[in-house]
Amino acid sequence: MDSELIAVTIDGKEVKVSPGTTVLEAARTVGIHIPTLCHHDDLCSEALYSQTSSTPHKGEHTHQHEESAMLSTPSSCRICLVEVEGLPKLHASCALPIHNAMTVRTTSTAIRHARRDILELMMSEHFGDCFACARNGTCELQMLCADYGVTSERFGRPREPLFEKASPGNIIMRDQNKCILCRRCVRMCALYQGVYALTTEGRGDHSRIATFMGREMQDAACINCGQCINRCPTGALTERDDTEAVWHAIEDPDKLVVIQTAPAPRAAIGEAFGCEPGTPLTFQMNTALKRIGFDKVFDTNFSADLTIMEEGSELISRLYKALVLKDNTAALPQFTSCSPGWIKFIETFYPAYLPNLSSAKSPQQMMGAVLKTYFAEKNGWDPSKIVSVSLMPCTAKKFEAGRPEMDSSGYRDVDYAITTREMARMFKQAGVDVPKLDKTDFDSPFGTPTGSGVIFGTTGGVMEAALRTVLEIVTGEKVESMFDHADIKPVRGFDGVRMAEVKIEKVGPVPEILSHLVPDFEWLKGATLRVGLAHGTVNAIRVMRDIQEGGPLSKCHFIEFMACPGGCLGGGGQPIPTDQEIRAARAKALYSEDAAYVVRKSHENEDVLRIYREFFKEGPCSHKSHELLHTHYKERV
Amino acid sequence: MDPKSVRGFVGNKLSFSEVAPKDGIRMAAEMAPEDVVAIIGASGLRGRGGAGFPTGKKWEFARSQEGTPKYTICNADEGEPGTFKDRLILTDFPELVFAGMAIAGRAVGAEFGILYLRAEYGWLREHLEATLERCRAANHLGKAILGNKDFNFDIAIRMGSGAYICGEETALLESLEGRRGDARNRIPFPVQAGYLGKPTTVNNVETLAWVPCILVKGPSWFAAMGTRKAPGAWLFSVSGDCKRPGIYEYPFGTSLRQILGDVGAENAKAVQVGGASGTCVPPAQFDRTLSPGDLATGGSIIVFGPGQDMFAVAENFQHFFADESCGQCIPCRVGNQRLLEAIGRMRKDGLDTDGERNVRQLAQTMTVASKCGLGQMSARAFLAILNNFSGELPGRA
Repeated sequence: MDSELIAVTIDGKEVKVSPGTTVLEAARTVGIHIPTLCHHDDLCSEALYSQTSSTPHKGEHTHQHEESAMLSTPSSCRICLVEVEGLPKLHASCALPIHNAMTVRTTSTAIRHARRDILELMMSEHFGDCFACARNGTCELQMLCADYGVTSERFGRPREPLFEKASPGNIIMRDQNKCILCRRCVRMCALYQGVYALTTEGRGDHSRIATFMGREMQDAACINCGQCINRCPTGALTERDDTEAVWHAIEDPDKLVVIQTAPAPRAAIGEAFGCEPGTPLTFQMNTALKRIGFDKVFDTNFSADLTIMEEGSELISRLYKALVLKDNTAALPQFTSCSPGWIKFIETFYPAYLPNLSSAKSPQQMMGAVLKTYFAEKNGWDPSKIVSVSLMPCTAKKFEAGRPEMDSSGYRDVDYAITTREMARMFKQAGVDVPKLDKTDFDSPFGTPTGSGVIFGTTGGVMEAALRTVLEIVTGEKVESMFDHADIKPVRGFDGVRMAEVKIEKVGPVPEILSHLVPDFEWLKGATLRVGLAHGTVNAIRVMRDIQEGGPLSKCHFIEFMACPGGCLGGGGQPIPTDQEIRAARAKALYSEDAAYVVRKSHENEDVLRIYREFFKEGPCSHKSHELLHTHYKERV
Repeated sequence: MDPKSVRGFVGNKLSFSEVAPKDGIRMAAEMAPEDVVAIIGASGLRGRGGAGFPTGKKWEFARSQEGTPKYTICNADEGEPGTFKDRLILTDFPELVFAGMAIAGRAVGAEFGILYLRAEYGWLREHLEATLERCRAANHLGKAILGNKDFNFDIAIRMGSGAYICGEETALLESLEGRRGDARNRIPFPVQAGYLGKPTTVNNVETLAWVPCILVKGPSWFAAMGTRKAPGAWLFSVSGDCKRPGIYEYPFGTSLRQILGDVGAENAKAVQVGGASGTCVPPAQFDRTLSPGDLATGGSIIVFGPGQDMFAVAENFQHFFADESCGQCIPCRVGNQRLLEAIGRMRKDGLDTDGERNVRQLAQTMTVASKCGLGQMSARAFLAILNNFSGELPGRA
């Protein structure tokens, strides 16, 4: 192999690289930093390859040619320019593959001047105050302007907005006054999400990032996943800011403001306070939430476990209907329904498969419904005075919270869904330095920390939690007898599409709680349970195509879909920046939290068992649970 | 519309009228492909689109590529302001162009060619399709051309949509594949991964029209027309303030002064050579010659008479580039806009030393930092005008 390496000299340092490595990548291996803007580590060829690489699916990189233009970097910002000996002009190092020995300089007066000019040109059409921008401090353009001493003397700055701001009805808010047309959003939306909500239109000075027919984001075929926001180098893409409304509720003495926190934010919010990615701040954050005025802090893990009970029971019931009763209305494979980006995706692009979706609401909505019914009754609170807030890693959760049908209790399940970034901002506004705080437990009755709930935050987590419960319920044996430490490793990892099989060797008696759904489990004896997983909706497309073609994924019984790469920990509401390493660190934090908890199975969560004893007395998938904990979906056009 | 009715003025005899396209095809059919490449290489033929890349080298490179199928594309997106020679060639000598494409296909191993016709030449399509039908009927295109069972080649015509940038070969490929015309990164080159990711040659209309001529008359005939360094002849589109605008054929090495005499523009104040992305030549340099080493050109000569305001000319060109930038890279998209505004200001208020340093620095950045030829060339005319005609600005004498 060594003989195939090519020696290049970068700023006097020699480095040997394999053919095709870009100058940018080569420079990084020897610690030479070349600034970039349109380049994103998630959008370089290697990351794109691993995003869609996976074992079970036969369709290799079929989209590679049709998207060839988008797959390669646009090299449009021209910030990463370098000099190559013997070649005239400057060259974008991100788009310069090494095929022959070359000598490169990454810094010179010519390079510095060109970079400064380019930044000044960007600023010449950039309207907006940095200090009031949601990206102040994390803006890549702002940092480069500081590095290169950019002033607006030469080319000026716009004195008034060149574009109208998006209306507040949108969840994904675009501000084209801050857009540098790097196309990271366009490429992310196309290559990871397969949604194509964003595109480039117009020539010359009329070039814009646009939606189909110039629609607002709320009217475009957008799934609100927010991945574009996480890739935007500037403040041109942000989520709708709901913090003011939450502050307002907190300060209203007549309101009881409760918050539920999802697993993924706790593994990431530290990044907004200077911590290393993967620093879990679960219990410090509880202290912070109490300090800024929330009356109760609940763990979404509770309703994640509740989701498993409902969704798992639904799966058993579907399998029974399909396999034993031969009822062809029981659609298989069953699809998970926790990810609201995925929900809008299937509603928009694969509506024929809506019957496959689990009717169980997501944990966020289940918690909301339970808060304003069970919890309110139990504590004598007036549900009309409860303001239900959720801390989510997700921008699509705002859309889910606002879905008109999510009010079966007579009240909105969730009033405000706040992203990790918004919450970090609220903490900063209140002067709360989260990492330095003491730890506080979650409030009961939804406070038992469970591992099965916490891993909902990563791709494969919902499936693992579901398997831990379903396997134990069906076999009557401890899942540890099948998988060491109940770690179901086959469903873990970051491959875009994954499959796993579990053989059910023996079956146990039907537990009391499910006796209304199936008479026995004998029909499952010797069966092989097949599950699939996909994260990033471009991988969901691959799964759906495979199902349409009758491929291996069509033989699955249960498939987990997560709209965002990496699952919720890579959600569109998580701290910026993001890349594979950061997401892996967050996943590690979640899995180690899981391993540390005593309760790691949804059906062993005492809070969950209590709610079935006290409230949903007829058990999972019963009439009352259907009313409050289940929902329906609709085709979108 | 009858294409003949809009035929331009042809100033002198064109070599193209001396060659029967079928002779070129017959020779290619009887020759080994590598010999075709060798003959084109030996002739010294260079691309007529403006960049002047040696055609033989391009073909050799494409021929050596392993990917299949390969494609041969004729760039008929003649969009450079002041250039209209390709239109005349497509009107009067289409068989020559198609023969050139077939020969290119034979040379590099492609069996399918596409002629990418600029939107504004849509009225030529019918004429070209009819010509293609005749070529097929005569077995100058199709299967086993002129009896050689290894020589298969056919051509389709695809329309552009009116974007200047689509004359840039990688943007042209994007457009052919059905996407917006954005320049690609130039590594890999189109000969390595072009149309549909396959090895592709993209040649200008005139380049391809010369190909059968060279085969028939021999590379030395071609080489003898120009200078030793720049063999061959070229078609020029001459327009502007002159008595006899039209198409002229000149061998390389002809001086600008001679051409100005021929077209009736002895009193020219300036000449724009190479279209909007070319350079503006003042009278003191009229003895310069048209050749790759001196005044490289895409075949366009625009004459500016004594009454022209040169900074109005510069503003006009800059306006064109600000509109026609593909909008992808910052130096070109924003740079042209800012430069256009700066020209407007300097026409009104003049240009002080700081201002001049700033526009020169901006022009430099656009030239060295832009992604494709459009941006890299877009400040060229302005710089030439600033260098030679700054006395026309207010406050300068």
